[in-house]
Amino acid sequence: MKPPRFAYHDPRGVDEALALLAEHGDDGKALAGGQSLVPLLNFRLAHPEHLIDLNRIGALAGIRREDGTLRIKAMTRQATLEASPLVRENWPLVTDGLGFVAHAQIRNRGTVGGSVAHADPAAELPVVFSVLGARFHVASKRGERAIDAGDFFVTHLTTTMEPDEMLVEIEVPPVAPGTGHAFTEFARRHGDFALGGAAALVAVDGDGVCTSAALGLLAAAPTPVRATEAEQMLVGERIDETLAARAAERAAAGVEPTGDIHGSGEYRKHLIGVMARRAIAAAAERAGAANGAGRGA
Amino acid sequence: MERRTIKVEINGESYSAEVEPRLLLSDFIRHVAGLTGTHVGCEHGVCGACTVQLDGDPVRSCLLFAVQADGRSLRTVEGMTDGLDEGELHPLQQAFHEKHGLQCGFCTPGFLMSLEPLLLEEGDLSDREIREALAGNLCRCTGYQNIVEAVKLARERVREPAASPLSE
Repeated sequence: MKPPRFAYHDPRGVDEALALLAEHGDDGKALAGGQSLVPLLNFRLAHPEHLIDLNRIGALAGIRREDGTLRIKAMTRQATLEASPLVRENWPLVTDGLGFVAHAQIRNRGTVGGSVAHADPAAELPVVFSVLGARFHVASKRGERAIDAGDFFVTHLTTTMEPDEMLVEIEVPPVAPGTGHAFTEFARRHGDFALGGAAALVAVDGDGVCTSAALGLLAAAPTPVRATEAEQMLVGERIDETLAARAAERAAAGVEPTGDIHGSGEYRKHLIGVMARRAIAAAAERAGAANGAGRGA
Repeated sequence: MERRTIKVEINGESYSAEVEPRLLLSDFIRHVAGLTGTHVGCEHGVCGACTVQLDGDPVRSCLLFAVQADGRSLRTVEGMTDGLDEGELHPLQQAFHEKHGLQCGFCTPGFLMSLEPLLLEEGDLSDREIREALAGNLCRCTGYQNIVEAVKLARERVREPAASPLSE
């Protein structure tokens, strides 16, 4: 349970880090919060020759709003994002999702970008950002590019980033006022990886008709899933219990989760349907309440 | 073999040593600094036994490299009685003792490090919130009930010092 040998680099600036990534390519690995990578090293499941520690790069941390868009620097600690009043007020789905990320001790060290780049389909943040339509800004010595959340995740622990690239910032578009949100998941113990879960955003008009919907599923497939068919079923309709259940059923029908010792594939598929139904219903209720409150005011 | 000289402050004392970059912080604390109150259980971030406070925040010391703590400040369970009289316990330790919040004691230092910041948290904490706060630490003896009770007792005493004989 001790990590293998590696050459350790702790660059103080982004350019220095990108030069190291370019130099070491496949033999190098960026170390963010280390809450997933260090266990992999301790188990000797990962053997990078060079570890490039990003923790001393102050310029890679911070949260700000720019023209209504939320910009989260990749090395922002999960606990910092969770405590942000700006985020809680305007992007509450992010705050709610973070409450399910492991434990407080892990979130004190774990980073937002690290969780995204690690690309575990059972992790909360990749699904939350997929539902919010976020864009991931990645940098290399060759330049910067932005990747839509929908094009970022390839499969388990794999993204479309090249070995010399690193995630530097997450851009989250504004959520329309009155949009309802909900995050649900089921785990055997609080803080464990979810056996299944869902994140939903629902907006309704003054008549209670759904104008937009986004539904994401976690632990459902090798990547975070957007249940687009279910989303389409909701738009243009009044969301009641029956419709929430039908849409959730459709969402679950579209995925084939793999079974393991904690639950069979069949059980997980059922669970994802239940979580999706609860997420849709809760988000729709919040949207309706926000709308009612808006008209009353 | 690459080695680095690092300096880490633990409980207000400075510890300097030449270490391999792969040395875990938990091993630095135990084997280099000789502070064996920090226990090592799973070494992959699940059990919480090795929890210490890094610049005030509880973190897993088995998921950090000692070189990452270079120039930083740590607090371990040994630091909890700093400034107290000989034999006197920190209010959280005292509450664990009184409420039988430990049996074998292996997990206790991690619980204390994780839960100490909770004592000063504003407002009322429900049992559920306390249970969530200790969910990152495993205890195989107590069943957690008495740990929850201990947190409540310690919070009472720390937040309303007038009512507590400990505060004299």
